[in-house]
Amino acid sequence: MANAQAFCSQAKVDLMNGLHALGASVIRGGTTKDTYFAALYLTSGTRGAADTVYNTTGEVTGSNYTAGGVTITTASAPSLSGTTAIFTPSASIAYTNVTLTTSFDAVLIYNNTSSTKLALSVHTFGAQTVTAGTFTLTMPTNDASNALIRIA
Amino acid sequence: MGQIRTTHGDLDEADLAKTTIFEDRPTEWVIAIEYKLADEIVRRDVHVVLKAPNVVADALAAEL
Repeated sequence: MANAQAFCSQAKVDLMNGLHALGASVIRGGTTKDTYFAALYLTSGTRGAADTVYNTTGEVTGSNYTAGGVTITTASAPSLSGTTAIFTPSASIAYTNVTLTTSFDAVLIYNNTSSTKLALSVHTFGAQTVTAGTFTLTMPTNDASNALIRIA
Repeated sequence: MGQIRTTHGDLDEADLAKTTIFEDRPTEWVIAIEYKLADEIVRRDVHVVLKAPNVVADALAAEL
């Protein structure tokens, strides 16, 4: 078997778990995983790849919606599917009994443990409104083709 | 049927017109359930089922 250039597959998972620091890092308070939140954004918002931290600009407002959104369930740690590192929240994200009358179409997932609330990912969907009801985001299959977050 | 929470407080579901809207979009399925009292929407629930969000980072090692 010949040598082959590669980005080592396990390193992709290790990046997700914060085990590499090629640049200046942070002093962590422990080895436990961080807590992540999901905030909703109006269709007029500008969330995307350029985001570095959670941003209140363009976030939805409405009855029973708390700024910053809701916590997401991370019971399943990042893993490898073939050579792709994958991560998907282990439960649906739900905003219950909310009224959001202005159309929204995006959710920002961010690290609520970090002091600056580092942005992780933005996911879009068709514009929605909710009236005195529940908005539920059900996660895709956690595999190399469908996982919410993939490093291929 | 029981009572459900609406913009007018708890109402008997049987007194409301219920519509289920299903959309199959490229990246998600959407199921919206609307309850109307006369022509007024008094409750709207939305369930978005994500298919395969296109959030992929490529990890590459350069050939030297």
